[in-house]
Amino acid sequence: MHRRFMTIWFRHLTTDWLAIRQPALRQIPFVLAENVHGRKVITAANILAQRQGIDCGMVVADARAIFPSLEVLDDVPDRAEKLLMALARWTVRYTPVTAIDPPDGLILEVTGCAHLWGGEAAYLQEITTRLATLGYDVRAAMAGTIGAAWAMSRFGQGELIAHGGSESTALLNLPPAALRLSPEILDRLHPLGLNRLHYLIAMPRAALRRRFGPELLLQLDRALGRVEEMIQPVEPPVQYRERLPCLEPIATRTGIEIALSRLLDTLCHRLQSEEKGLRTAAFTCHKLDGKAASIAIGTHYPSHRAAHLYKLFEEKIASLAPDPGIELFTLEAPVVEDCPPGQIMLWKESGGVADPRVAELLDRLAGKMGESGIHRYLPDEHYWPERSIKLASSLQELPSIPWPADRPRPIRLLKAPVQIGVTAPIPDYPPMLFRYLGKVHRIKKADGPERIEQEWWLEKGPRRDYYQVEDEEGQRYWIFRSGPYKADQSNQWFLHGFFA
Amino acid sequence: MHASNKDIMARLQMDILPLQGFRPPASDRAASMGLGPVEAAFPTGHFPTGAVHEWMSDTAEQSAATQGFLSALLGKLLLQGGACIWIGTARTLFPSALAAFGVAAERLIFIDLRREKDILWAMEEALQCEGLAAVVGECRDIDLTASRRLQLAVEHSRVTGLLLRHQPRHKNAVASVARWKVSPLPSVIEDGLPGVGFPRWEVQLLKVRNGRPGKWQVEWSAGQFHILAPVMPASLHEPQRKTG
Repeated sequence: MHRRFMTIWFRHLTTDWLAIRQPALRQIPFVLAENVHGRKVITAANILAQRQGIDCGMVVADARAIFPSLEVLDDVPDRAEKLLMALARWTVRYTPVTAIDPPDGLILEVTGCAHLWGGEAAYLQEITTRLATLGYDVRAAMAGTIGAAWAMSRFGQGELIAHGGSESTALLNLPPAALRLSPEILDRLHPLGLNRLHYLIAMPRAALRRRFGPELLLQLDRALGRVEEMIQPVEPPVQYRERLPCLEPIATRTGIEIALSRLLDTLCHRLQSEEKGLRTAAFTCHKLDGKAASIAIGTHYPSHRAAHLYKLFEEKIASLAPDPGIELFTLEAPVVEDCPPGQIMLWKESGGVADPRVAELLDRLAGKMGESGIHRYLPDEHYWPERSIKLASSLQELPSIPWPADRPRPIRLLKAPVQIGVTAPIPDYPPMLFRYLGKVHRIKKADGPERIEQEWWLEKGPRRDYYQVEDEEGQRYWIFRSGPYKADQSNQWFLHGFFA
Repeated sequence: MHASNKDIMARLQMDILPLQGFRPPASDRAASMGLGPVEAAFPTGHFPTGAVHEWMSDTAEQSAATQGFLSALLGKLLLQGGACIWIGTARTLFPSALAAFGVAAERLIFIDLRREKDILWAMEEALQCEGLAAVVGECRDIDLTASRRLQLAVEHSRVTGLLLRHQPRHKNAVASVARWKVSPLPSVIEDGLPGVGFPRWEVQLLKVRNGRPGKWQVEWSAGQFHILAPVMPASLHEPQRKTG
């Protein structure tokens, strides 16, 4: 397929934007200016100011001499670029690949997009009309190369669409400046009378290279499609993305739900045929006023089940504010993993936690309560009780070491050890009795000590001597003495858990 | 034909049981918990899976005993595959201890919630998931309506629901198949050897729907339950109010 590009030239980008925000400015000539070496230099002028002969690069004092009541506003240096970024995001409803072309242009790759609007002429018309309605003065052109489209949008007269292969004819009568050349080269071309591109195209390449350097040839080749030109899209292209434009703006929940389920069906069908499953997805609503609202979900297991994904999104639909109406829905899956169909059966037999049904349940719970509440633990190679377990990173992760079963561990472990009062401690043996929550427990049976050293490379602190003890009622506890035994009975004892 | 009246009654009783949530387990999943006389207290003669059980505890020690007994049961339930979800707000279960009760702790997924009222919602959602073997919910108070919703969920999915009620404010009737209480008992050491013996509990079935409540002494050793000399409670023949 031949690639097609469109360039949009905003002739008065910053001044138009200000006029949209302050309608009063539409009626008067005004300029934007910034301080350069102590002088105020004009950086942008609106069309009324230009009619008075005021243009960029002039000093404000000179402009005031021409037109005394000129309105001068301060310019913000990177405003143009920010505006272009916003406009580039707005064009997502026409094409997925858009790049900005500072200081005043956009480059759209429109390969295979125009037929959705009934042909290239209608497509171009639609975009320029929409931008004009917003208040921007634009010229747009479409061609098979970025260079040709750029030249036509800036310098072309009449026809704004160059059909495949006719780029060179469209360029013949344009000035060399249409090739995006640096001012030095243009200055050298001008005295030679090379003021139309057809002179350059007819000349031998070797002569051009010798006299004007490689830049001229490169730009010429780019415009004619001999060298491919790359653009950097504003939004990185996502492989799994579906779009649903609407004929009429949608503002109801039912409408959004229908759009969502349609997009999910299409995307899931595609994922299924490629044996993939998505891990994250985002559903974005592009609204009439150029703003976008988005909801995102994540899954614990690659999924292409539309019904399940719909359920996850459904919880969040309420957070979308559809006013003043949605004109385009997009659904994209940035993270996609392999999901072979045989795997489902395999898991079913082994019946582990990686069962897709369990993963779907966790997705629903995480959607409502948040991901942070879901934990699964694996054994870790530490004796220190607080560090003997670690969080599993995924549902599929299996323990790297077996669960230790050779040492007694309490079924209930307190979040932090609680200090207890003890009586009659004996060296290397647990106390005769201890007091916990105001109750005295007389120790009848005891096991231990199990000495657990603090891992000094992780944390500093005294070691612990753990005892499993049972009181006269048969209640079993895990208590420890912090640090070595001291004869002056100043040892600190703690209760750390309850045995079953 | 008057002799068949008894048969008819027995058959009718067996027809009623499934309607009350006592469905016989599918043949391939029928496995004993190894609890002998405790299981005999249930009308079907074995531990009802695919139903909601209620576990009461008043003290931290009782709660630990309950969790130990329950972990041993979970170990048996997980033998038939599946995973377990443990829902609570202030969880204290220590995964490293589960190996002693025959549970592979990596098959437990903990859902730690901030608010008590989310527990019932999460439990109901989890009980509908057929890929699970059991769902444990640490839920202090539950009303009859909420417990009926859990009962309805398990009837479709055949997941076993275990409600841990620690220090409930009201010991109200809920739609559970049984109400258990487990308390610790002193362990026994042979011949005065030092150390602490195997975990030993007093297991009480306070309420059993259509069954016989009772009290047993159970010890857990070598991966099996051992039922010790039965204790005959005085309240055994007291009529139990039917719940659910």
